[in-house]
Amino acid sequence: MSDTVTTPARRRNYLNADYGIKSWLLTQDHKRIAILYLVSITFFFVLGGVMAALIRVELATPLGDMVEPDTYNRLFTAHGVLMVFLFLIPSIPAVLGNFLIPLMIGAKDLAFPKLNLGSWYVYNLGAVLMVVALLRGGTDTGWTFYTPYSSTFADSEVILTALGAFVVGFSSIMTGLNFIVTIHRMRAPGLTWFRLPLFVWAHYGTSLIQILGTPVVAIAILLVAAERLLHIGIFDPALGGDPVLFQHLFWFYSHPAVYIMILPSMGVISELITAFSRKRIFGYKFVAFSSLAIAVLGFLVWGHHLFVSSQSIYAGLIFSVLSMLVAVPSAVKTFNWTATLYQGSISWQTPMIYALGFIGLFVIGGLTGTMLATLGIDMHVHDTYFVVAHFHYIMVGGAIMAYLGGLHFWWPKITGRMYSVFWSRISAGLIFFGFNLTFFPQFLLGYMGMPRRYHAYPEEFQILNVLSSAGATILGVGYLLPLIYFTWSMRYGERASDNPWGAYGLEWETSSPPPTFNFDEPPVVTTEAYDYLAMRDKRVA
Amino acid sequence: MRKNVPLFPEQASTLAGEVDALYLTFLGISVFFGLLVAGLVIFFAIRFRRRSPDEIGRPEKAGILLEIIWSVIPLAILLIMFAWGAKVYVEAFRPPGNAVEYFVTAKQWMWKFQHPQGNREINVLHVPLGQPIRLTMTSEDVIHSFFVPAFRVKADVLPGRYTTVWFEASKVGTFHLFCAEYCGAEHSVMGGDIVVMNPADYELWLAGRDSGPSVVASGEELFRVKACNTCHRPDSATLAPILHGIFGEEAEFQDGSTQIVDENYIRESILNPTAKLVKGYKPLMPTYKGQLTEEEVLQLIGYIKSLASDATESQGTVPASGSPALDSDEG
Ligand code: HEM
Ligand SMILES: [Cu+2]
Ligand SMILES: [Cu+2]
Repeated sequence: MSDTVTTPARRRNYLNADYGIKSWLLTQDHKRIAILYLVSITFFFVLGGVMAALIRVELATPLGDMVEPDTYNRLFTAHGVLMVFLFLIPSIPAVLGNFLIPLMIGAKDLAFPKLNLGSWYVYNLGAVLMVVALLRGGTDTGWTFYTPYSSTFADSEVILTALGAFVVGFSSIMTGLNFIVTIHRMRAPGLTWFRLPLFVWAHYGTSLIQILGTPVVAIAILLVAAERLLHIGIFDPALGGDPVLFQHLFWFYSHPAVYIMILPSMGVISELITAFSRKRIFGYKFVAFSSLAIAVLGFLVWGHHLFVSSQSIYAGLIFSVLSMLVAVPSAVKTFNWTATLYQGSISWQTPMIYALGFIGLFVIGGLTGTMLATLGIDMHVHDTYFVVAHFHYIMVGGAIMAYLGGLHFWWPKITGRMYSVFWSRISAGLIFFGFNLTFFPQFLLGYMGMPRRYHAYPEEFQILNVLSSAGATILGVGYLLPLIYFTWSMRYGERASDNPWGAYGLEWETSSPPPTFNFDEPPVVTTEAYDYLAMRDKRVA
Repeated sequence: MRKNVPLFPEQASTLAGEVDALYLTFLGISVFFGLLVAGLVIFFAIRFRRRSPDEIGRPEKAGILLEIIWSVIPLAILLIMFAWGAKVYVEAFRPPGNAVEYFVTAKQWMWKFQHPQGNREINVLHVPLGQPIRLTMTSEDVIHSFFVPAFRVKADVLPGRYTTVWFEASKVGTFHLFCAEYCGAEHSVMGGDIVVMNPADYELWLAGRDSGPSVVASGEELFRVKACNTCHRPDSATLAPILHGIFGEEAEFQDGSTQIVDENYIRESILNPTAKLVKGYKPLMPTYKGQLTEEEVLQLIGYIKSLASDATESQGTVPASGSPALDSDEG
């Protein structure tokens, strides 16, 4: 139980329980499945990153002089599709959520271990379809697949890529279902709903969106395929369809999907802030319920992507005001995190640097989101680099910062090893700086009027584009470092104690790495979440 | 002239100032809240940094009052910004009554324009200063988006229906036109120029080239050539409804429903006449699908709009020349 006594080195744990390849590929252990996911999504993150690098090199000069326009279009499509469907959506839930939810609630595993393993195979099946599409030349529709371009005009691997997204969607549904049942049914004795770590609440909200939203995008994708293959008029007006219908169906899922990407990261941040302030979170219930509010309200704002798409003015007004409402729970979370720092005992460890960086970037992303929700502003900046900057602040500045912060926080638990403190701080700094240099200029570009998805652009936009490309280089180095020192640490890292940060939470009460069934004795919870006072008293006693 | 404004777009329409005021105000509010949060985070992180390894934080009781304050204040600010943004948006999408109508047909990857006087242009549109101009737009293939940053206007251009946007240029010069909706290989070069001219220069420009028949005249010609006039006669409503004066009025259909006659309705009536049958008529009208180009449909619509009930006023006339506010600053 104590966090100072080092664990016996050769203790049996989930990693050394078995070494065979089969023991990994057929495992039903949520922790091993999390590692499988980690490997898969890291691969696609790197691949998506390579695409991004090519895009930024092309955009360093105004002329489209490096690749053909058609190639450029395939690059940004591949970048978006890989990053959204194969990296960001599964990132925190399938890796950290998978690993931690059973540990945090004191369970042996998820409710349906086979479904969990199945979800990884389904994910890979979808990924293979997308990779085959890529090898056959890729897709040029953008990750948004807007019709009738995608359904009738595009001459590329639309169906394969869309089918890939369709299949990956099922893995997301499987994970969501598993989490919901697990959180309902498998909490340790004494772990009431309001004692749950906020990470678990956030994943509960995320899972709701996953199982309610994903089917809608799956239907939209099938309809596009039906139109392409069978020429049934659904979206193409030449066949009697309605092109804007697709945008409604797509965003009905994809706006909530942006919350699939950010809610889990909000859960991570709540854990990091409390752990490195050693203090109960300010306004626990407000933070918990704001996750649910976001999940529910997130379903009512899809039309803010269609303010200039011929949607009626009245629809525009309604979607605008609803989008303002959905921003409030995000603001509430931010203020509660800030207030948690007050009178905390704040330690500047690497995960905390990520968490504080997250707050700054998320605030910028959220505020620019509300600017976009303002009708009179959106009609100018819609489909410009302003939007590109906004969602990168949220998805890269927010979600990826939180994912990396979470990895740095739980890495000792996952692998039983520590990584280099020095290099991890350097990389956090590089990422923060490189990120801002990459994406801040894009806000200015967008307001100046540079449209997104442009392969070539007028000269006056060059300076800002060069800054952005320079930032991307730094960002790339920042991301490469953890890849190196994490890999290095698995062999050479110092052994981690059970609770190296002195953090509250059931996951820290078991050994690092945990045994296959997580706890030697089933835990019983007697204290409130993040009750550091009680934790100290217990240790003293 | 374009090159030396690297951080902010030119303001070249009556709307631009309003959009910028809204944006800059919101930016100010954002900077304030951004700095407030960042400042507090940094201050707390330093002021309350851990001083001994075993130290823990001092929890405070939940502050319901604080929670309410920091929910209600942002909400109030956001609602105000919503209302202000809504006002600007409604203005931008409701053309004033005196706006002159130009037609825009987009296709992969070019913009085709027609002036009411009949002039056609590709990828360049000349417009007079100080005259509200309304664009009725459609696409021949995929979705495009008409975007002129200097005017702060953007509207998607869709196949199979009309969308409109309007502007009143307030500065003489040449401004970027971009396609803002991704539309395929040459999306990034599907742009052009909007050339704003003093009204007198615009008149000269128009006079200096062969404009061809005006939109209304072309429509009238088509109305005859395509034999629309065999049924739609100005004097007899037996075979088909009289078209004079229908634009903007309510049409009543067989099933009892009604609709205001607008561009999209006329388009549908030409291309898919049986979709909505006007009360008292049989489904006699043949479809003209495939027999008219998008531009011809627009000309027919222009003609029908010009058929006022008293047959005196016609839409789409040349803007009055010699308007006030002659700006001497040439682009
Ligand atoms: C404060 C809350 C937020 C508000 C009010 C907001 C508002 C908006 C609006 C109005 C747009 C549409 C802009 C346009 O297309 O013209 C937009 C785009 C977008 N937002 Fe947000 N947003 C918020 C938070 C988020 C979050 C949390 C995420 C993701 C985790 C996100 C991701 C995106 C993405 C991906 C797009 C654009 C997608 C595309 O067009 O490809 N936003 N946001
Ligand atoms: Cu959205
Ligand atoms: Cu385009």
